[in-house]
Amino acid sequence: MTANVPTADGVQVPSGQAHAHEEHHDDSKVTLGFWIYLMSDCILFASVFAGFAVLRDQTAGGPSGRDIFDLPYVAIETACLLVSSFTYGMAMIAMMKQQKTAVLSWLVVTLLLGMTFMGMEIHEFGELIGRGFGPDRSAFLTGFFTLVGTHGLHVTSGMVWMIVLMSHVLRRGLTPANQTRLMCLSLFWHFLDIVWIGVFTIVYLLGVAH
Amino acid sequence: MSGSHEHAPATAGDHGHADHGEADHGSVKSYTIGFLLSVVLTAIPFALVMSGVLSAALAVPICVAVGVVQIVVHLYYFLHMNAASSRSWNMVAFVFTLVVVAILIAGSLWIMYHLNTNMMPGMMPTD
Repeated sequence: MTANVPTADGVQVPSGQAHAHEEHHDDSKVTLGFWIYLMSDCILFASVFAGFAVLRDQTAGGPSGRDIFDLPYVAIETACLLVSSFTYGMAMIAMMKQQKTAVLSWLVVTLLLGMTFMGMEIHEFGELIGRGFGPDRSAFLTGFFTLVGTHGLHVTSGMVWMIVLMSHVLRRGLTPANQTRLMCLSLFWHFLDIVWIGVFTIVYLLGVAH
Repeated sequence: MSGSHEHAPATAGDHGHADHGEADHGSVKSYTIGFLLSVVLTAIPFALVMSGVLSAALAVPICVAVGVVQIVVHLYYFLHMNAASSRSWNMVAFVFTLVVVAILIAGSLWIMYHLNTNMMPGMMPTD
């Protein structure tokens, strides 16, 4: 069946042939390529983390993390992202069983959680800027907005990608090409949750504990 | 990890063409274990810092350590990196990235810390 269905990415065919091994190293070239993109994204985030870590105490007379961070609020954001990682996992399991409606339903839940997360983050940013604690206030706040904003931008891109993929699945079903795409977005989404672990630990928790 | 993948090959076998390598996608069980572990590993540092029971000197290393453990949990249960993937190019790229990230972060902190402490006005050789 795989060989009969013409797919945009020819890599599906080798993946099908290697199927007998049932081992992790039979990943298609597409997911390896996407993985390497994620690794380069890791280095981008590491740079922004390093920038924040260096600038964290340079508050220029402005507020420090302890003054502006609301940990219960951040805990809810964290919960949204963590649950969304789980619901995306459920979408992948439904995909494995070829259950199109279940895949779409789990993706909708994941999307709603992602939107809640982004809504809360934008609200937090808006409130800080409204109080005069924007990225121009101090080097610490520049680092904070850059790091958290870069992560938020990634989450937003992931949500746009998710909407596009949902329309693909809706129109053409769970074709091999669409499965590869869902797999790549899965890697991206889980990766962003991992980056968020770094953000809430380094920025928010250590910012308040310091 | 093989235990948590028990259901995967069977279900995929029934439907024939979920042919991305079933081991990649985990099972409900493995996602649930990963999720519950993550909830606990998130709750611990938040509770520690919010209650303020520990001094910063103690709370900071604990938060960082728990964060690292949670990242490993995510890699294992959500991204399915395990012994089977240790021979793959994914793992090679990952280990290389870890090295670069470590040099980047530790190097930046090291250099900037010394610039901060050694080059403040009043500490310059000419003063």
